[in-house]
Amino acid sequence: MLNYDIVVIGGGPAGMAAALKAKECGVDSILILERAETLGGILEQCIHTGFGLHYFGEELSGPEYADRFIQLVNEKKIEYKVDTMALQITESNVVYAVNKEDGLLEIQAKAVILAMGCRERPRGALNIAGTRAAGVMSAGTAQKYVNIDGYMPGKKVVILGSGDIGLIMARRMTLEGAEVKVVCELMPYSSGLTRNIVQCLDDFGIPLRLSCTVVEIHGKDRVEGVTIANVDEKLRPIKGTEQYIECDTLLLSVGLIPENELTREVGIELDPVTKGAVVDEFRETSHKGVFACGNVLHVHDLVDYVTLESQTAGEGAAKYVLGKKDAPEYITTKGVNGVRYIVPQKVNIKNDDDVKLYFRVGQTYKNAKVVVKYNGNEIISKKRPRLAPGEMENVVIKNDILKSFAADGVIEISVEA
Amino acid sequence: MQKNIICVSCPMGCGITVELNDNGEVVSVSGNTCKRGDAYARTECTNPVRSLATTVKVDGGIHNVVPCKSAGPIPKARMMDCMNEIAKAEVKAPVILGDILIENILGTGINIVATNHCPAK
Repeated sequence: MLNYDIVVIGGGPAGMAAALKAKECGVDSILILERAETLGGILEQCIHTGFGLHYFGEELSGPEYADRFIQLVNEKKIEYKVDTMALQITESNVVYAVNKEDGLLEIQAKAVILAMGCRERPRGALNIAGTRAAGVMSAGTAQKYVNIDGYMPGKKVVILGSGDIGLIMARRMTLEGAEVKVVCELMPYSSGLTRNIVQCLDDFGIPLRLSCTVVEIHGKDRVEGVTIANVDEKLRPIKGTEQYIECDTLLLSVGLIPENELTREVGIELDPVTKGAVVDEFRETSHKGVFACGNVLHVHDLVDYVTLESQTAGEGAAKYVLGKKDAPEYITTKGVNGVRYIVPQKVNIKNDDDVKLYFRVGQTYKNAKVVVKYNGNEIISKKRPRLAPGEMENVVIKNDILKSFAADGVIEISVEA
Repeated sequence: MQKNIICVSCPMGCGITVELNDNGEVVSVSGNTCKRGDAYARTECTNPVRSLATTVKVDGGIHNVVPCKSAGPIPKARMMDCMNEIAKAEVKAPVILGDILIENILGTGINIVATNHCPAK
């Protein structure tokens, strides 16, 4: 059996930032396990720019953003194993993993940081009728084909879902010579950034159809076309609005799900909304010594926030290993009236720092107020010109305010239009 | 002539209307809620630019392509020309992040640089 103070599962932006922070906080025995052949995670295939504006104050591509952390991991001599799949975490924080060189690895960790990221919702999650022809894939799969393998997966493309990945792939496929016929969005609004609507669709004259979905896929061996239809306010297709569109490829960009199989198996409490673990302000889960950060905890809009959150988790794991974490007294957080979720779900009132609460809203608001209440009493109220489901928001609870709370209290965040 | 633009300077996404005269010069800008919007709308109407991110073929690397970007913004109208030029190029592995892959592409004064490493196979 191998022994490490901290085992980090996942070598993407979350895992690397967490490991680096833990090292900086005084923990030397750290091992990162990465499933892919290199560190970097999903950033390796996100070759468009727009990463790092907050964290580095520069506009970088995904691989460039990842490379800054890969360089640091190497410089700080943090150990990592690539091509390595973590299989299980046990009650006593033993991590089982496997790779071609070592075979089965049994690693005893004092603390484990979960940084496995998320994956895309597949066709099976949507129940689209039709044949099982080739040419239906997630937008991320197409992104890997084009950007890593240099292979174009199709020529005439329909995209379902107008989140940022769908929009980015609409532009990418167009630049590489494909014809993107339409982007369909089930909701009456796009969850993508305005910037991406303008620069990925409008620039190339690609139509965006809102309140519209794919109801049938046609073709025997290869996709030959899809039928799209408008949907009503209950998101049900409206009869008579069907339209056939000839295409050889259907890309799905219909949501991301945190990849929490390992988390679930060891019995860690999950939040039904985020589909990630329930954590405290250091991102410690319900299982002592197991921390979670990045997209495995909740799906982020910007990698910059993943980095910041993961540094918090890395600091928390280091404190745990070094025995600097006192017995906590928790208050819980709760999103109400338009706020879908808050991370962290609980906060230790004995913490000596300010605490940032991240949250997401369920719809678009203009000139709304974000109100924070403690046990029903308003403690913070701030005006926001715009709130949107696609953008993560935050409020900071100052330490002097936190110190005035009592154990078992409740912080609520709500939106007032 | 009137042009309607959605501002992308921040997530607000203001709808901006720009009045242009017959020479294509900006007469007025309205609908923006800040100075950045005004500047964005003027550039967008007179000389729209974009940064370009794509891939270049690699010979003998661990992957078939290496990602790259324009080191600065290029005129929007020349994006597809630049893509065609990049499609003709092939570089030899190893490629180091930051390597200039194509110098001064189509005389725009902008270099195409690698945005990742591609070690030799």
